[in-house]
Amino acid sequence: MLLSVIGHYSLILGLCLSLLIIFLSIKNFKNSEYLNTKILFSSFFQLILVSLSFLCLVFSFVFSDFSNETVFNNSHTTKPLFYKISGTWGNHEGSLLLWLLVLTLFIFLFLIKTKKQPVKYKILTLLFQQIIIIGFFIFLIQTSNPFNYLYPIPDEGLGLNPILQDPALAIHPPILYLGYVGSSIIFSSALAATCLNMISKKWASHIKKWVLISWVFLTLGIMLGSIWAYYELGWGGFWFWDPVENVSLMPWLALTTLLHCILVLEKKQILTSWVIILSISTFTLSMCGTFLVRSGILNSVHTFANDPGRGLFILVFLFSLILISLFVFFFFHKSTQNELNNFSWLSKETSIIINNWFMMYFLSVVLIGTVYPIFLDVLSSQKISVGPPFYHKLIVPFLIPFLLAMAIGPKLKWVKSNLDDKFSMILLLIISVLISFFILKIFEANFLINTILISSATYLFFITFRDFFIRKFNNIAQNIAHFGFSLLILSILFNSLFSSEIITNLKIGETFDDSKTKIFFKSIKQKEEKNFKSIVANFNIENSKGIIETLSPELRIYNQPNIVTSEADIKTTMMSDKFIVINVVQNQDYFNIRYQVKPFMLWIWLSVLLISFGGLLSLFKKNYE
Amino acid sequence: MYGRKVKLRFLFIILILTTLILSVFLVLKSLEENVVYFQSPSEIKELSELDKKKIRVGGMVKKRSIFITSNEVKFIITDFKNEINVTYSGAIPNLFEEGKGVVAEGFLKDRNFFSATKILAKHDENYMPPEVEEALGNK
Repeated sequence: MLLSVIGHYSLILGLCLSLLIIFLSIKNFKNSEYLNTKILFSSFFQLILVSLSFLCLVFSFVFSDFSNETVFNNSHTTKPLFYKISGTWGNHEGSLLLWLLVLTLFIFLFLIKTKKQPVKYKILTLLFQQIIIIGFFIFLIQTSNPFNYLYPIPDEGLGLNPILQDPALAIHPPILYLGYVGSSIIFSSALAATCLNMISKKWASHIKKWVLISWVFLTLGIMLGSIWAYYELGWGGFWFWDPVENVSLMPWLALTTLLHCILVLEKKQILTSWVIILSISTFTLSMCGTFLVRSGILNSVHTFANDPGRGLFILVFLFSLILISLFVFFFFHKSTQNELNNFSWLSKETSIIINNWFMMYFLSVVLIGTVYPIFLDVLSSQKISVGPPFYHKLIVPFLIPFLLAMAIGPKLKWVKSNLDDKFSMILLLIISVLISFFILKIFEANFLINTILISSATYLFFITFRDFFIRKFNNIAQNIAHFGFSLLILSILFNSLFSSEIITNLKIGETFDDSKTKIFFKSIKQKEEKNFKSIVANFNIENSKGIIETLSPELRIYNQPNIVTSEADIKTTMMSDKFIVINVVQNQDYFNIRYQVKPFMLWIWLSVLLISFGGLLSLFKKNYE
Repeated sequence: MYGRKVKLRFLFIILILTTLILSVFLVLKSLEENVVYFQSPSEIKELSELDKKKIRVGGMVKKRSIFITSNEVKFIITDFKNEINVTYSGAIPNLFEEGKGVVAEGFLKDRNFFSATKILAKHDENYMPPEVEEALGNK
């Protein structure tokens, strides 16, 4: 009760502080020799207030204070402590509070970490950021207050949806939000820099750090969500082109493009408009993500609470932000005239621009696939869905030139260059084509497009691998990231080509046999846990070589809320994952069994880790090249 | 006649335009081919001709209609006006239960039989896919 009061009022105080900060910064902006310490102090105080409010919510969850509506809706006394805490951001209200917390945290860090930039620029960035912060404050207090009272106080809460009670999903939202919200700093400072007409090499190397930080977090956040979907949802895969996945992929694509453009801007004073547009769209897409996921428009696993009022608010907020940024862009931005001077076709910047085009193409494909069903529904109330074939067909063929440009691009020099070691590069290309041809021949999966795809991925793999030795530590961050990307594409390709799946219904004691694999359903055991009952099944699986493996997938029947979830059992080795998941239909003897062998699953996660490690490394590196 | 810069810019714009037109064309074509429409059992009854494309059918799983064999699940989807028989051999999601909402994706054999390739999982006991809610709303 007390916690809710404290939390609620610190939110309101925080909103008041926002107004104060805006007032102070406008005053400071007029005579701007130095940054007013009051501003720094108030934004620190704002951070403290929002953290306090957040902690209040965390403790309401820990103490199971059911007078709080959010806690009542999403918690239960029998839930383990870890999930009580993670339940704080496992719901709409709490996750928005987390957004706000990260927003205030980042702007404070920005203020103290940015030293060499002009004061006017810092103040203006703060102003734009405060507009976003105010929007979120009002949104929280008005439509989704995490501290609503309930009276009479219920004895027991409704519980957290069991599929969210999972370690990967406990840390997935905070990390993803660090990435999303990090893009808000890029947004604000890009607008500020445009107003002051200081989009320059100097600004590029300053903002690059922030781009890298949010990029690394976004990459890791998406990976965690993907890992969770892989073992918890039991769909047996890591990416489903589900709208919710798409909305996190879109800002990632925009951010990755931005990251590369910033590098060009840092070297040569070109692409200024492009960088601004990308900064704006990255943040807009992050906001869109929040809007689409939280408004209940998307028909997906994440939509638990639907409230049209919320959706409308975010939509209006989003459009005003877009309007403001477009206004700033068209009125203040003066494009530099020398954009196309000394421009050569064979140079690093050309290859980056070409890859930018591809990225934008991928982005628009994902955008259309995600948004088109919504539009059609609104316009003609026709319900449709766009499945994976749409994305595969449009994206996969274009990966080939994309990968090739990625292999050759970094070899080129800025401004104008010739390829130095043409001979060895062509040799590597031939080797990669041969290797992929033989791989596909051996495994009898001979498709023309696959051969070309695998060739280009292997080519990138070899080139980046070779660069570790040739270029030593010169630009190692980029090299690691590109190497990781080639690994990722290769693992995804092999994974999708060579996965096998058996789906069958078995009773206890029965055996499934299809000459390659024998699945023997040995027994089931029942267990009683604190907040769920579990049925553990034991399977013996024998492959064609006669090796027997035991797998024990589990069914959990949670008592609050009353939901059945399947816990897959996965045996991970370097080369492949063996994945089994069971389900039961009420009043039936048969268990529904899904058994999959998925090669190179581990490598998909490892390569994403490698990619983000590359980003991290570049963050700590002082001078590029 | 024209400077090098103008020519370059001209080339650039043409290149962008062709790429744009090409990609828009590709996207639209692929969209047309790969879109899956949602229909309720009643809408299927009223179809003048059967579509060979993949569709989604949604409604309630009829009480006491689930029948399982070693390689198949049979059940009936109803919107309380009309119903359709579904056969399915694949993974069953956790919340597939009698009397609960369901969305099945697959192909129509005729107006009464549907062969599903996928049953969609929904992860909340109170959650109802919006399509199903609407399909049931007309009862």
